[in-house]
Amino acid sequence: MPDNLLTVTGLRKVYDSSTGSVEAIGDITFRMDAGELVCIVGPSGCGKTTLLKCISGLLKPTSGSVELRGRPVTSPPPNMALVFQEYGRSLYPWLTVRGNVELPLKHKYPSRSERGRLVEDALRAVGLDHAAASYPWQLSGGMQQRVAIARAVAYQPEVLIMDEPFAAVDAQTRADLEDLVRALHRERGMSILFVTHDIDESVYLGERVVVLSKSPTWVQEDVHVDLPDDRDQITTRALPRFTALRTHVYEQIQRAKRGEAVRPPAPVA
Amino acid sequence: MTTSSGAVARSRPRHRTWQRLVGGAGFALGLPVVLLLVWGIWASFAVSPFFPSPLVIGDAFVSTWVGPSFLQDVLPSLARLAVGAALSILLGVVLGTVIGLVRWLGDLLEPLLEFLRAIPPPVLIPIVAVLLGPTDAMKITVIVAGSLWPVLLNTIDGVRATDAVMTETARSFSLTRTERLRYLVLPAASPRIMTGVRQALSIALILMVISEMFFSSSGLGYRIVYFQRNYLIDQMWGGIVLLGLIGVLLAVVFSLVERRVLRWYHGTKEVARA
Repeated sequence: MPDNLLTVTGLRKVYDSSTGSVEAIGDITFRMDAGELVCIVGPSGCGKTTLLKCISGLLKPTSGSVELRGRPVTSPPPNMALVFQEYGRSLYPWLTVRGNVELPLKHKYPSRSERGRLVEDALRAVGLDHAAASYPWQLSGGMQQRVAIARAVAYQPEVLIMDEPFAAVDAQTRADLEDLVRALHRERGMSILFVTHDIDESVYLGERVVVLSKSPTWVQEDVHVDLPDDRDQITTRALPRFTALRTHVYEQIQRAKRGEAVRPPAPVA
Repeated sequence: MTTSSGAVARSRPRHRTWQRLVGGAGFALGLPVVLLLVWGIWASFAVSPFFPSPLVIGDAFVSTWVGPSFLQDVLPSLARLAVGAALSILLGVVLGTVIGLVRWLGDLLEPLLEFLRAIPPPVLIPIVAVLLGPTDAMKITVIVAGSLWPVLLNTIDGVRATDAVMTETARSFSLTRTERLRYLVLPAASPRIMTGVRQALSIALILMVISEMFFSSSGLGYRIVYFQRNYLIDQMWGGIVLLGLIGVLLAVVFSLVERRVLRWYHGTKEVARA
């Protein structure tokens, strides 16, 4: 019995500017169950970040709705955590690693020892328990993104939303971080919504890949990734099924870029 | 065995530290010492009552300022300076944060602030003296009227320039208003605030002296004018030297505080440069 966590219905976002209005998101509808790891992938400039901001309550959609656990999202909900692409600007350089991870917990958990336990646990989960007293800027890019992930983990959200989190790190670090996300999902049962422009990454990580069209965006396809749960950078990526899936998603993205896919008729308002 | 090798390993860097300290002091004091020597030699050849030799000034310095005059003139001056500077910083940061955070308030006040800042603060002395009389309050008001602006305007700018992603992070984790102020807005603005404080301190020192030159019966500014009017040129120079020393002391204290407060800022800059 699937346990519905997140429902996005008919989401539309139009930016009004002096030069005219731009329809960034046309009509996006999808749902996500608890315990799922869903990847969202789309051609560049398709409004992925806009979509995430609407889902996380940072941006008000023009129309449509986002519901988390049946509750409409109008401002950032307390049971959701975000990991941004720009780790350097999302961590506070005047706080230590521990300070950064602890900050969002301050009003959630008044007990200092409870917070300390959560911070220790989260830092251990990302392999940074030795760096608690360092400042973020003393760490490499990959380690900084681990701190941002630890902050989200310690917050104990029902859903973790990641906005192209590994776009700014080198390929080897990226592979390590991908395995970290898989581990958090598998070992802690975290529900993760992962936005990326990297097709391989979306297939390697996800249980489902939601392929977006080009702007004004709608959901072009919802691909079920039938790869084994136990994934490995070498063996999983060598599987014929992996190759078939990534080729399929790649073709969908190409179609999206060329605008060949036909948008389904708009639902009656 | 272990202890002796430890001692050897420790003594070498200490030796180097000493060398660096002596070298640094040599560089810092070398030029002033040479200039003093040149001045001394020149003063002993061309005797002028207006440019006494450094030795004479040194004598006058000690005899003027060491003793009761320190309590009567120097301490009151320093107290006015401290209160004036502290008030400027406090008011500047509090008002600047509010104006920086509330967009319409900033738009409303900006032209007025630009005008007020453009008024040279010493011209306020006659008005403030009429309103408050020749009191400490008058001098402190003049100091605040001049040194408030750099703190206020830098705080407004710093608060407004808070990084968008950092703000979104705070929003997404539903930080409370107090938390946002304490852990995001103020630290993010702190480099700009410190820039303002540095300017405010030097303006405060200038205004302390000037405000004491009029309608005053104590203080460094009063003393220097008094000496000048009574042709006590040596003592007057001594007062100027003392003001210079106070300025240097202020700068040293400021840079110690700044290095502590902005440790993270200098750290990120160093990393970015490397």
